[in-house]
Amino acid sequence: MSAQTLYDKLWQSHVVHEEEDGTALLYIDRHLVHEVTSPQAFEGLRLAGRRVWRSDSVLAVPDHNVPTTGLPKEHSGAQPDEVAEKIYQRWFRSIEDPVSRLQVETLDKNCAEFGITEFRMGDPRQGIVHVIGPEQGATLPGMTVVCGDSHTSTHGAFAALAQGIGTSEVEHVLATQCLVQKKSKAMLVKVEGGLAQGVTAKDVALALIGQIGTAGGTGYAIEFAGSAIRSLSMEGRMTLCNMAIEAGARAGMVAVDDTTISYIKNRPYAPKAELWDKAVAYWRTLHSDAGAKFDSVVELDASAIKPCVTWGTSPEMVVAVDGAVPDPAAEADPVKRDAIVKALAYMGLQAKTPIVTIAVDKVFIGSCTNSRIEDLRAAAEVARGKSVAANVKLAMVVPGSGLVKAQAEKEGLDKIFRNAGFEWREPGCSMCLAMNADRLEPGERCASTSNRNFEGRQGQGGRTHLVSPAMAAAAAVAGHFVDVRDWLLTGE
Amino acid sequence: MEPFTRLDGLAAPMDRANVDTDAIIPKQFLKSIQRSGFGPNLFDEWRYLDHGEPGMDNSRRALNPDFVLNQPRYRGAQVLLARENFGCGSSREHAPWALLDYGFRAVIAPSFADIFYNNCFKNGILPIVLDAAAVDQLFRETAAHEGYRLTVDLDSQTVATPGGERFTFAVDAFRRYCLLNGLDDIGLTLRHVDKIKAYEEKRRKSEPWLFSALSVKR
Repeated sequence: MSAQTLYDKLWQSHVVHEEEDGTALLYIDRHLVHEVTSPQAFEGLRLAGRRVWRSDSVLAVPDHNVPTTGLPKEHSGAQPDEVAEKIYQRWFRSIEDPVSRLQVETLDKNCAEFGITEFRMGDPRQGIVHVIGPEQGATLPGMTVVCGDSHTSTHGAFAALAQGIGTSEVEHVLATQCLVQKKSKAMLVKVEGGLAQGVTAKDVALALIGQIGTAGGTGYAIEFAGSAIRSLSMEGRMTLCNMAIEAGARAGMVAVDDTTISYIKNRPYAPKAELWDKAVAYWRTLHSDAGAKFDSVVELDASAIKPCVTWGTSPEMVVAVDGAVPDPAAEADPVKRDAIVKALAYMGLQAKTPIVTIAVDKVFIGSCTNSRIEDLRAAAEVARGKSVAANVKLAMVVPGSGLVKAQAEKEGLDKIFRNAGFEWREPGCSMCLAMNADRLEPGERCASTSNRNFEGRQGQGGRTHLVSPAMAAAAAVAGHFVDVRDWLLTGE
Repeated sequence: MEPFTRLDGLAAPMDRANVDTDAIIPKQFLKSIQRSGFGPNLFDEWRYLDHGEPGMDNSRRALNPDFVLNQPRYRGAQVLLARENFGCGSSREHAPWALLDYGFRAVIAPSFADIFYNNCFKNGILPIVLDAAAVDQLFRETAAHEGYRLTVDLDSQTVATPGGERFTFAVDAFRRYCLLNGLDDIGLTLRHVDKIKAYEEKRRKSEPWLFSALSVKR
C-alpha cells in the first residue's frame, strides 16, 4: 500500500459505502450535541417517526445559553441525585431570557426522550462541549467526531477526524450514525522550531490564518505537524485545531504521540485494562506515513512567530503585537481595500495606529479555544499580584468546564484572578458569542481569547480583538495591549 | 425538501468578501427551536437601524436605507450575488434557513465556506461557484440594469443572463441528483442499513472500545 496521510487513514477506516462520484457514507463514532443546533434535528426525528441509531454514542451538554453567574453556593462536586436536581432547578430558573431557558429545557427533554447521556446545568462535569469531550475521554484517537458546531475541529488534536456539521446533518447522524460526505484535499501545516516564551498555540493559529487567509484551508483537512506542534501540550493542540475552521478547514488534526496517550489515560470514558493496551497499539499507527503526499504544504518558522492581535473583523485581519493597524491605501486589491476600510470604521481605528496603544474596555478569558487549565494558568501567571486597570470595566474569566474550574480553584488560580479584580465565573460559551447575558455594548472594545472577531459577534456594535490568554490578562492589567514577552522576560 | 430544477429570478448584490454566518443571522435568533421564520432577521444588524431581538414586530422596525437589500429594486430577489468565502464562520444552519425564508433559492459567489455550502444543499438552496471575473461581470450588470434577472438551470448546470450569455458551473453528481429530486438524505442513507450494520459488526470486533456505551453515572 502506498504511503497514507493521517487523514487518509481516518477517512478510509470509516467509509461504509461510496457513490460513483466519490460521495461517501462515513460512519460516525462520537456525536456531541448542544442546545442551539439540535432542537430542529430532534423534531425532525419525531416528525418522521425515526429513532436514534446509537444513542450511547451521543454526549450532550448545554453550553451556549447557560448563565455564568448564579450557581447556588451549596453546589460542590459529586452529590446525591435529588440534591443535584434541586440545585439544577434553581440555577435553571435563573436563566432570565425565556427563549434561552426554553432551548436548554428542550435539550433536557430531547435527551431524556431519546436516551442520550447529558451533563445538565449544575452537573460538575457540565461545560463547553469541546472542552468536556476530551476531558471525559469521550474523544479518542481514530474516531470520527461530529457536532453541530464549527469548532468541532478541536477534537482533531487527538488524531480524530472531527468536523462541524449543520442541523440537517445532526438529524442525519442521529438517525443513521453516518454522514454523507466527499473526501477533502489534505493540507500539511508544518511548524518547525521553538516558540518563544509568551508565544502560544493561539499565536501559531493566528499567524497561520494571517498567512493563508480565512479561506486558505477551504476544501482541505489540515494536519499540523513539525517540532513546534510535537512540543505543544494537548491543550495547545486543541487550541490550534479549534482555529482550523477559522482558516476555512472543516477539520484540523495532529498525529498521536506520547502526549496524546498520557492525556487520555484514566479519563472516565477512556478504555481500561486490556482494552486500553489494544487501543494504544492501534492509536500508535495514527500518523502520516513517511512520504505521504499532501495536496498543499504550508511551512511556518516557529521562532519567527510573535504574540498576535487581530485588528479587524475577520481572523485574517491580524498583526504581531509590535505592529500597527494597516493602511487601506497600501492595499492594491479593491475588494480587500474596501474590506479594510469597512473593518477600520467598524472597529473605530485609524490606519497605522500601533497595536500597543489601543486601549480596551473589557477582557474575556474563555471559550472553546482558550478556557482549559493551561490557558487559565498562563493568564493567572500574568495577573498574579497585579490589578485590572481602572479603564477596564470588566475582566472576566470563564472556565471551560466545571472540572476545569474545580482544578483551577484547587491551584488557587481563582484567588489570583479575584485579587487582581477579575470576575471568576461559571463554565459556558459566554461572551465568545454572547448568547447568554455576557456581552459587549455597542462601541466597547474587548481583548478576547475566543475565536471570532466578526461584526457583532460578542454583542451588537462590540469590537473584538483576538489574543492568547496571557496577552488578554496583560491587556487587562495594562488597560491596553502590551507585548507579554516583555513582561515575562523582565519578570515584571 | 423542495426540489430545485430551474429558477428565473431577480438578482441582488451583496458586495463584500468573507460574509460570515453571524452576519447572515445574528446569534440572538438562534434561540428559536423552529426551522422557519428567520427571513425577517436575515442580515439583521445591517438591515435595521435598531438592535433586533426575537419576538419583535420586525415590520415596525426602522430599515437601514443604506443596506442594499432594502432598496425597492431588489424586493423579491431570489438570486444572491456574493463575494469570496461567503458563509464563513459558524456552522449554524439558521443561515441558509434565513436566506430561504427571505426568498433566496440560489447564491452565486467565487467561493463558499465548506459547511455553509453543504448546508445549502440540505435546504433546497443552490450555491453556485463561478470564477471571479464572471461574478464581477454579474455584479456590474446587476448594478447597471434595474430588474436584472438570472436564469439558473440545475439540469444543464448553467446560469444565463438576460443578454443570453451562459456560464456553466460544477456540482457533485450526487448532490445534483438529490436537489433535482428534492430527496431526503436520511431516506437515501437508510437504503444502506445492512451495510451500516455490517460495518458496525466488523469494527465492534477490531476496535471494541469505540462501542463502550456512554452513561451519565460517575
